[in-house]
Amino acid sequence: MYAQMIKSESSNDDPQALAEFQARIDRGERIEPKEWMPEGYRKTLIRQIGQHAHSEIVGQLPEGNWITRAPTLERKQILLAKVQDEAGHGLYLYSACETLGVTRDELFEKLHSGAMKYSSIFNYPTLTWADMGAIGWLVDGAAIMNQVPLQRTSYGPYARAMVRICKEESFHQRQGYSIMMKMAQGTPAQKEMAQDALNRFWYPSLMMFGPSDAESVHSTQNMAWKIKINTNDELRQRFVNETVPQAEYLGLTVPDEHLRWNDDKQGYDFSEPDWDEFFEVLKGNGPCNEERLGARRKAWDDGQWFREGLSAYADKQAARRTAAE
Amino acid sequence: MALDGRDPVQIDDALRPALFDWLCRLGDNALILGHRTSEWCGHGPALEEDIALANTALDLIGHCQMWLGLAAEVEGQGRTADQLAYLRDAMAFRNVKLVELPNGDIGQTIMREFLFDAFHFELLTALSTSPNTRVAEIAAKALKEVAYQLDRASDLVVRLGDGTEESHARMQAALDHLWPYTGEMFTADAVDTAMTEAGIAPDLSDLHTRWTATVKDILDEATLTLPERRFDVHTGGKQGRHTEHLGYLLAEMQFLQRAYPGAEW
Repeated sequence: MYAQMIKSESSNDDPQALAEFQARIDRGERIEPKEWMPEGYRKTLIRQIGQHAHSEIVGQLPEGNWITRAPTLERKQILLAKVQDEAGHGLYLYSACETLGVTRDELFEKLHSGAMKYSSIFNYPTLTWADMGAIGWLVDGAAIMNQVPLQRTSYGPYARAMVRICKEESFHQRQGYSIMMKMAQGTPAQKEMAQDALNRFWYPSLMMFGPSDAESVHSTQNMAWKIKINTNDELRQRFVNETVPQAEYLGLTVPDEHLRWNDDKQGYDFSEPDWDEFFEVLKGNGPCNEERLGARRKAWDDGQWFREGLSAYADKQAARRTAAE
Repeated sequence: MALDGRDPVQIDDALRPALFDWLCRLGDNALILGHRTSEWCGHGPALEEDIALANTALDLIGHCQMWLGLAAEVEGQGRTADQLAYLRDAMAFRNVKLVELPNGDIGQTIMREFLFDAFHFELLTALSTSPNTRVAEIAAKALKEVAYQLDRASDLVVRLGDGTEESHARMQAALDHLWPYTGEMFTADAVDTAMTEAGIAPDLSDLHTRWTATVKDILDEATLTLPERRFDVHTGGKQGRHTEHLGYLLAEMQFLQRAYPGAEW
């Protein structure tokens, strides 16, 4: 998911206040920025929404990698629009975070220092044009699984941001699938690229949901707070169930020899991804961690004079207005 | 009526090659500047800039599609906008050199956008009342977006020029670097003259007068100094004689179409 393995913070608040807060959530009420909330709820949300925002921003990079090489003018426009949407999602989510009392600059600092994470998926390289298809289809597809339920999350600004984001994500998934369709029905070389992209992105997409958390205390607390709606395993299963027939329709093979329909559970049995690889990627040892974070740090550092210039001008204008009064 | 129901392009056959060339200039300027702008995607100095730069690139690629589509129609050889974009080599590209230069820092990118937009805005304003309805239609559509781009770029030039010492120095350096490339936009050749005489396009010297007024106003407000050197040192792009940079840009842009001829994407 765009937010993975979110630990919940415990709260040292008054037990009665906590119980009243929980009762509000249980009644399905939305929590709004100026209302009382437990410190743990606030901190956990900052961690989750912040990680989601960072994922949107870093997520511009793997796809941005192909904008200048998009094969037609129309594909170029669609990809540009998609990457621009992701920057826009980042903006909504940072704004949602700001309502919890943390600034965008503070969150950026935590991203750049490594104190906050972004989704593991964006540390994988985009090697061919088919990867634009695979990302839209699988990565945005996996994100939607998590984000659709989050439209009902308890925190108002997050839920509302998610409503807008979901509309755009489903367009992203469709454009990804349309690229895969063209390639799967194209020349043998295109079909090979499409299959290769599926082979490379399948397991990293399954990792997006995070390791099984059915037994996790963090997960239980986050679900009670309705910050998390489903377990990782539920979402992963739902994703596999929806995606496998789509791969079949494309004439592509999911790279899992244990994949088979299970009538009893009315879902597919499938192989777990390599969780050691997942933890290595989180630790910074994925194929593109250094490039991705390096690109974001460079953009920030190179842009410092620009941001300072704009602030200095704003200060001068304010001083001029005061002088004129 | 053309197949899509729009009016056919009204033009003497003798003028077709010049009109094709001239439309490629409009389309290629948009395509190449759009390409350069899109290189910023995900690397901008602030999130709002990432969004704005992607938006500008998107607008320009859209303009390119319309101009090259019309160019292909005028040419009448059955080529499409995509084929013109992806299958011509550098010598057939007709953009001015200004737009193909590497981005440099964000200051240089914005200064280039401003210098080009100020020209682009005047050109499209004039073309939006062109008696050639097909040209006028595209110009009117693009003008709305370019008017916004010019506003945005002018605003940033002023703020950064009159910002900190460093931002001022960087904007002045950007202006000094780009200035000798700006004259090409106003240097008329046989193609420009043919379009002006046919009543399709405005006289470039009129555009130059208006461009200079805008540029002087904004640079004054930005506390930047107009360079004293000639502004038409680097010309030739419109005739297909480019800088070394264009070849690399095209190698990247055209890679898939060249590597997999005839594939559909």
